Amino acid sequence: MTSPAPSVPLSHLDDLWFQVGGTLCNLTCNHCFISCSPKNDSFGFLSLDDVKKRLLESVALGVREYYFTGGEPFLNREMVAILVETLKFGPATVLTNATVLKDEWLADLQAAYSKSRYSLEFRVSIDGFSPQTNDPIRGEGTFARAMGGVQKLVQHGFLPIITAARTWSDERELEVVQKFVAMLREAGYARPRLKILPTLQLGAEEQRSCGYHELDRVTPDMLADYDASLLVCEHSRIVTDRGVHVCPILIESADSLLGQSLAESGVSFPLSHGACFTCYQYGAICSNASSGRSRAKA
Amino acid sequence: MTATVLKTRIALLGGIYSNYLALGEALLDIKQLGVDAIYCLGDMGAFGPYPNRTFPLLRENNVLCLQGNYDDSIGNQLDDCQCGYTDPRDNHFAQISYDYTLANTSAENRRFLRGLPTEIRFELGALRVLLCHGSPRKTNEFLWESATSSHFLEYLADEHSSDATFATHTGVKWRRELSGGRQFVNVGVLGRPENDGRQCVWYTLLEWSAAAGLAITFRPLDYDFRRLAQEIRQEGLPEEFAQTVETGWWTTCLEILPGKERSQGKH
Ligand code: SF4
Ligand code: SF4
Repeated sequence: MTSPAPSVPLSHLDDLWFQVGGTLCNLTCNHCFISCSPKNDSFGFLSLDDVKKRLLESVALGVREYYFTGGEPFLNREMVAILVETLKFGPATVLTNATVLKDEWLADLQAAYSKSRYSLEFRVSIDGFSPQTNDPIRGEGTFARAMGGVQKLVQHGFLPIITAARTWSDERELEVVQKFVAMLREAGYARPRLKILPTLQLGAEEQRSCGYHELDRVTPDMLADYDASLLVCEHSRIVTDRGVHVCPILIESADSLLGQSLAESGVSFPLSHGACFTCYQYGAICSNASSGRSRAKA
Repeated sequence: MTATVLKTRIALLGGIYSNYLALGEALLDIKQLGVDAIYCLGDMGAFGPYPNRTFPLLRENNVLCLQGNYDDSIGNQLDDCQCGYTDPRDNHFAQISYDYTLANTSAENRRFLRGLPTEIRFELGALRVLLCHGSPRKTNEFLWESATSSHFLEYLADEHSSDATFATHTGVKWRRELSGGRQFVNVGVLGRPENDGRQCVWYTLLEWSAAAGLAITFRPLDYDFRRLAQEIRQEGLPEEFAQTVETGWWTTCLEILPGKERSQGKH
């Protein structure tokens, strides 16, 4: 037996996440860390009413920013209304594959965004700078469709943050990033914003690469001199149709469900999962750069 | 017993980033206005040339200084500026200015930076004032106008018992009124322009009287930006830094900006 997993307390609920698209997605990427697909309805959509209630609940707790994920959030018919409502409360970030965006939605969102004092960020997942590199991971034809979505966002005056899970070796990082930027400029996105994420060996990704070795666990020693604020669970919680969970990464684990109210979910959580080890190594992979959270030195 | 202060006028300077030319202009402007105190909220170095030229101005004018993340790094000779950039290009430029600033800051000035406090508090009547660098809870936390909810600022004000909180660190001034007449103010920076295509830089004037309460004014400052750009080049610092000073548009540290602030700039 190894030592018990160390627990991380919630210092403050800075970031409130919403699993607004459940686990339903129009794509079936082979690295998706919660195995989303058109058929996976183990988590359902959140309604505008659900989100409104949580927004009101979040005010007394002093939440700083709101994040929306899925599945694909824009499969949720109330998504535009949800973002418009959120912008009255604070900054909003939505993680999307950009393959289902419609012009009229983006026009409505731009109107709400220009009136709001807060930022609305679109984080678009793309996994390669060409169909040859992206499509084997995300599916046939997805590169062209996602780039179409990026162009729409740009035309509507947004500056989407392109996120890619790192599926290449470290030595190729610079070359890959340069190709990404060149590709985006060519597509009409003059000042592309890019964020590279580490892959998580969970869900479908577990089959694609190797899964977690049982030694890949966070131990109490490892946390001794560690800045725990780099971990998402130290300052975030996520709402799903089942309740409030510790973090977006672990919603499928039974122990991640911490309660029904935001207040009662503010308990410590033991870092007993393999994914915790990746978080430990790479830091706050889910926050926006503007929050100023990062590993001290990459 | 000291007499109760009935009114006061205080100048609040944000990051200087070695822009000693703008600091000099600010001090002249402040002298003309007449103030009771001058505070600098930290980050004396970065971007600009000749870091040692800032310190005599601060001392001669009795500027009370806070320690920013840059000052902590330079003072303690750390490896980097602790701005926490996540983008490789941002990091590249940040490291160049950091290495230059560290190599060119004297031991005496490093000692001065090491000894600075990370927050200053005072009271104006019943008004509790808190000066900090990034946020009241963390020196290098970025509080951007478009990425900070009002209820988060309320939380910080409650948690840190402050009615008027002043910070800098992001490089762009802004202000938000909170409940119960409380407020949060980012005082801007003297170090570089605001990414709005204008060359001027900004500082903040706080005026308080028992009768009228608190008034905040952001003051624009013209200075010899051409000379600063020339000296940046002379010192072999990146051309990008000189361009920012000359054009008023940021050319580096862009990935840290939230969407709204980024859209307002050119790059
Ligand atoms: S990675 Fe994103 S786009 Fe791909 S299946 Fe999962 S939720 Fe859908
Ligand atoms: S997966 Fe990451 S964010 Fe979630 S509990 Fe583990 S360490 Fe925390």
